[in-house]
Order: sequence, then C-alpha cells, then structure tokens
Amino acid sequence: MRRDIFQAIADPTRRAIIILIASQAMTPNAIADNFHTTRQSVSKHLRILTECELVKQEQQGREIYYTLKIEKMKEIDKWIAQFRKIWETRFDQLDHVLSTMKKQKK
Amino acid sequence: MSMSLFFDFTVDKQNNIINIKREFAADRSTVWDCYTRSEILDKWWMPLPWKSRTKSMDFREGGKWHYAAVGPNGEEHWSITTYTKIEPQKLFLASDAFCDADGNINAAMPSSKWTMNFSDTGKHTLVHGIMQFPDLVQLEQTIAMGFKEGLARAMEQLDAILAKQ
Repeated sequence: MRRDIFQAIADPTRRAIIILIASQAMTPNAIADNFHTTRQSVSKHLRILTECELVKQEQQGREIYYTLKIEKMKEIDKWIAQFRKIWETRFDQLDHVLSTMKKQKK
Repeated sequence: MSMSLFFDFTVDKQNNIINIKREFAADRSTVWDCYTRSEILDKWWMPLPWKSRTKSMDFREGGKWHYAAVGPNGEEHWSITTYTKIEPQKLFLASDAFCDADGNINAAMPSSKWTMNFSDTGKHTLVHGIMQFPDLVQLEQTIAMGFKEGLARAMEQLDAILAKQ
C-alpha cells in the first residue's frame, strides 16, 4: 500500500503526534506518555508516519528520537492550494460561459 | 477576468463542511441555468484539461445527472448527482457520488451532500455552495487535506517554528 502525507494526517492521534514533535525531537516513550493508548498503538502510528516520510528517526546514544520533516508538511499546503485552484478554474470557466451568453443575447 | 468577483473557500472541519462562495457577473436566472442545465454544465464544470460529458440529465427532485469527467488521454471518471430538493432559482440540494458508466454507485469512494444557494448581490449573483461530508475520513479523502481546525492549529505552530529558523 502506497503511503502519502494524507494518510499521515487522516488520524487524530497522528495529528497530535505531529504537533508534539514539531517543536522538539522526542523518544517513542516520551510521545506515548501524552496519550491514553498503548505504546504499541503509538509505535504503529510512528511507523505509519515514518512510512509516509513525514518523520525521521535519529539515534542519540541508546535512544531513538523522532523529528518532523517540516518540508514534507508543506505538501499539504500545496494540496489545499490545488483544490482551491480547481474551483477557481471551474469558476473562471463559468465566467467565460456567462460572458459568451451575454454577447449572444445582444 | 479583470473584474474582481468575490470568492471565498473555507473548510469547517468540526462539521465536515466545505463552504464555497462565488459571485458571478450575471443575473440569477442565468447563473441558475448554468448550474442546472447539462449542456451548459458541460462547458465549465470540469477544470481544463478535463471536460465533463453528460450521459443523462433529469433535473427534478429525485432526478439524476450522470456524467463523466473525461481526461486529456480519454480517461473517464463517472459521477452521479441526485437532486433531492429544488426551489427554482433559489436553491437545490443534491448528493454526489462516484459511479461507473452504467450509474452503479461506488460505495468505496467518498460521497457528499450539496446545498447550492443562489442570491442577488446588486446586479450580480452569489452562489453559496455547501458540501457536507458524512465523516471526516471522506472529507479528507476528497479534499486530501483535512485541516481547518485541528491541523490549522498545527500549521500555525509550524509557521511559528519556521519563522524562528
């Protein structure tokens, strides 16, 4: 199954993890402390986020730290802009249809 | 278009709604026709290079619009719109779903309910489209973005972090 950024943000726990690690690198245990779910569940979300290439792991001593790949988050902005753009294009086309209709009436 | 026409696009994630407002430089009955007559819809509904091609249109309560989005290489994505309520030149309600060439709805794909309101703004017409999704997943599938509330906050935080770097 292909992973992408939209799978990463489709889940509320993963969104919360993104917010958590946006400001600082954190170990899986430190992340899990913020949730009422099991550590396995948090691990699963971290694995998906990693597969979505939204987070990266860094080994520091004996611990693994997760950090957010901020440049990847910007893809969401691009997507929103694209969806908005679809509507803009659609409406520009309707403007064109309307002005053509107006000319034909005259 | 050089003249500036009001355009507003907002996502209400708490209620799974997208609001799309747009003003058009034409009277209400003309704009109404553009949204409800398939021969006109086919001229603008799909953003280029896609085109919409109507297979059948029956604009009345309970009626359906069955059309394909046709891509530049001839690829076809079929959709069906079912009209549930119509008040001529004022509003219509519809549900939107993906389907096949025979009109069989694909339940695995996202669907949404539409309300289209038409009102006068001086000489122009304002169309306020409200897309309602049954749940967040479908909203996110469709617009593949899913943030005005939850992630918008994350975005602000990210913006703040980026600004510091």
